[in-house]
Amino acid sequence: MKSVKSSYWVKCVPVAVVLPALFVATLTTPRKAAAQGGPRVIDITAKRFGFTPNQVTVKKGETVILRLKSEDVTHGFFTRAFKIDEEIEPGKTTDVTVTGQNPGTYTIICDHFCGANHGNMNMVLVVE
Amino acid sequence: MKSVDRRSFMKIAGTSLGIGVLYSAFPAASAQGEVGDMFGLLGKNSGEKVSPFTFVQLSDAHVGFNGPPDPLGTKAFERAVEMINGLKQRPDLVLFTGDLTHDTEDKDVHAQRMKQFLEISKGMNVAVVKHVPGEHDAGLDGGTLYREFLGETYYSFDHRGVHFIALDNVSRAKPEVGPEQLAWLKKDLERFSKSAPIVVFTHRPLFDLKPEWEWFTSDGDDVMNILSPYENVTVLYGHIHRDDAHEVQHVHHYAARSLIFAFPDPEKTPQKKPIPFDKDQPFRNLGIRLVHENAGKAATGTLSIDDVELTAREYSGINGIQQLLKNPTL
Repeated sequence: MKSVKSSYWVKCVPVAVVLPALFVATLTTPRKAAAQGGPRVIDITAKRFGFTPNQVTVKKGETVILRLKSEDVTHGFFTRAFKIDEEIEPGKTTDVTVTGQNPGTYTIICDHFCGANHGNMNMVLVVE
Repeated sequence: MKSVDRRSFMKIAGTSLGIGVLYSAFPAASAQGEVGDMFGLLGKNSGEKVSPFTFVQLSDAHVGFNGPPDPLGTKAFERAVEMINGLKQRPDLVLFTGDLTHDTEDKDVHAQRMKQFLEISKGMNVAVVKHVPGEHDAGLDGGTLYREFLGETYYSFDHRGVHFIALDNVSRAKPEVGPEQLAWLKKDLERFSKSAPIVVFTHRPLFDLKPEWEWFTSDGDDVMNILSPYENVTVLYGHIHRDDAHEVQHVHHYAARSLIFAFPDPEKTPQKKPIPFDKDQPFRNLGIRLVHENAGKAATGTLSIDDVELTAREYSGINGIQQLLKNPTL
């Protein structure tokens, strides 16, 4: 399993290098926030029929921002444990703030029907 | 009128069809004297008197599904039609609790699957067949195709004194009923007494059975809050492709097995994967259960359910599957 941190850097740093300044500024904002002690930002992409990354790990007591986007159709982002029930619409970014209070493994599902294999679209949030 | 247990006035019991469930709706006591008076009262509320009848619940045919868990396609559905037609007591109704078809993004193909479903379904020698959509029927297009073929996705009707309510918890794409339908439900129930026999049929469970597998309805509590004042409510649903019986407060919830493939017990397995096809028992776990009243105990309206291996015995074993493959008309 990749750590969340390494996944973030692998995805974001090369993109920031090649994109225009405006987008670099947008992308660097979360890192600045993190550097200043703000919550860590974790990008999550939804695409039929899975989430990337499909596992996110946070420390007990840590607050993170899950930055959600869709690469195709509208998806859901649902977990009873954290009372999260969001829609991820293509072309938009949705931020969800999560604090890992109790250690455990929590399944997050797409609860917006997105096609034939929708029933298996999920990921896990691990609180260590 | 003396105080009596109103729940004992109406019972719904089921017996196995081999595939699907046959329910019997009947008065729990002789319709004489004060009990008869109560039936008369119920009749005034619902427009009819309660009288014995049977109905069948079928679910999750997924017509058009093509995958390893079910190489037999519509065979179990066709078998169910045969078994219904072979019943000694012809059921008044068949209730189909969703996922009639398997989803596809090709609208023409989806329409073809709906036509195939109706073609098989019309083979049932039953006067009334009612449906609700599953997410595979109505999740992608908001129920447009479903309505073209089968009409509204939620509605109610009365039959022999029992009030049936079809609830749609799929066509908003998410597992929810939504505020409009909740308001409709509340209004629909206004004319009934609290003792009226009510059968709700829907696709997803109306309670948190297994949210991580999307076995829930997000506003199911709102539905149940509307239903909870009523004393004789039975909820029938599909979606989970396996038996389940739950009592939440005083409401009984029963899931029917699928007619395509089965899911395992979520308490015993971490992953939501279909139970593999067993060529020696091709219909195993598909739509088979026995429901009966709680014999010998005080009348409380509760039901007991036994899982039974009535998997079309003549087709069990390797000989069975060979029969099926050789003779597609079975």
